[in-house]
Amino acid sequence: MKPREAARPGPSAPFGELHVAVEPGGFDGVDAAGRGAVLAALLEAGHPVSRKAGAGEGALARLGSDIGVVDRAPEQVVEDVAARREAAAAPAPGAWTPWFPVIDYDRCTNCMQCLSFCLFDVYAVDGEGRITVQNQEKCKTSCPACSRVCPEVAILFPKYKKGPINGDEVKAEDIASESMKVDISSLLGGDIYSALKERSGSAKKRFSTERDESKALLERKRCLKELKDKLDIPSEVLMSLPSAGDIEERARRARAKQEERIARSRSAQDQKETDGASAKEWDI
Amino acid sequence: MSRRIVHCHCVYSKVVPADVKTAVLERLAGSDAEFEAVPDLCEMSAGKDPALARFAGDGEVEIVACFPRAVRWLFHSAGHDLAAEASIHNMRSSTADEVCGALGLPDGESAS
Repeated sequence: MKPREAARPGPSAPFGELHVAVEPGGFDGVDAAGRGAVLAALLEAGHPVSRKAGAGEGALARLGSDIGVVDRAPEQVVEDVAARREAAAAPAPGAWTPWFPVIDYDRCTNCMQCLSFCLFDVYAVDGEGRITVQNQEKCKTSCPACSRVCPEVAILFPKYKKGPINGDEVKAEDIASESMKVDISSLLGGDIYSALKERSGSAKKRFSTERDESKALLERKRCLKELKDKLDIPSEVLMSLPSAGDIEERARRARAKQEERIARSRSAQDQKETDGASAKEWDI
Repeated sequence: MSRRIVHCHCVYSKVVPADVKTAVLERLAGSDAEFEAVPDLCEMSAGKDPALARFAGDGEVEIVACFPRAVRWLFHSAGHDLAAEASIHNMRSSTADEVCGALGLPDGESAS
């Protein structure tokens, strides 16, 4: 299934191109609250700030000799820095909300469930056959669905509100918790349909006899809303969940790709060993 | 090598309490400590920002951000593992006083 959402703009320019240096004495005459307010305003506008020896080198602006802070509102300081950024043609920060999964490899067992499940091609397999997050910018903002299907609680979203998905320590009860263990099949359209048939006698009758598509859709939406509330998964993601067949096919392709890469890596290793043996044989 | 402090302001999310991160910034600004404050470590990790290599590998680093497990794997994800001796202070679960105390920063009133 193709992702429904186009890739978002990626991360902004690196630290070195955007940082603001605080020179020695650059904050003289400003109280602690005022200094904090200037720093917070700069950071919120996407400018890293450095106060250390040599920070002025290559800085976009220097608080002190370039831009004064005394008796100025934080917004004015930010405006001055933004003007310098524009003059330097540095890209504007903040075009992308950095929401993406991070893998805890101490817990990950490389089961590939995340890769099979993710609708947005965020995951890939690296050259060593290991699952990796490849396209962070394709991740659907606020969707933690892949972390819900990970059987090892190995997927973090650092900006998620609750633990252990936010990176808090994983406790034994988290692994046992139903809210952390969502069977992929329970999220599939077909099974939701089946589940709906079980919900009540009247629904059962409607689904099995009338086959009223609009009512079925309504029931499905209602069911999806329950899942959304329970699992924090955006409804548009739930609405576009792949079928069981799609998931199996993606898993099959991922396994094949992984096996192919491992075979290629083994073959390269064998070749290296053969070359080494030949070199030894020829006393090179 | 000298101690360095890296502060993440987590600007794209409200999960780090604003009063904690602002109070820590004020105390940092009022101290003599060298520090680097960044808008968002997640963004830097996704962009594989070369500055992360410097943060991870240059001396004794103290990172003021969120949960240590998240911070460590964010650095790993960018290809720069943090040294085992790196300290991570969590502004999501600690108060500003606890974080500043751990950093050895003077309290707000004695800071210049």
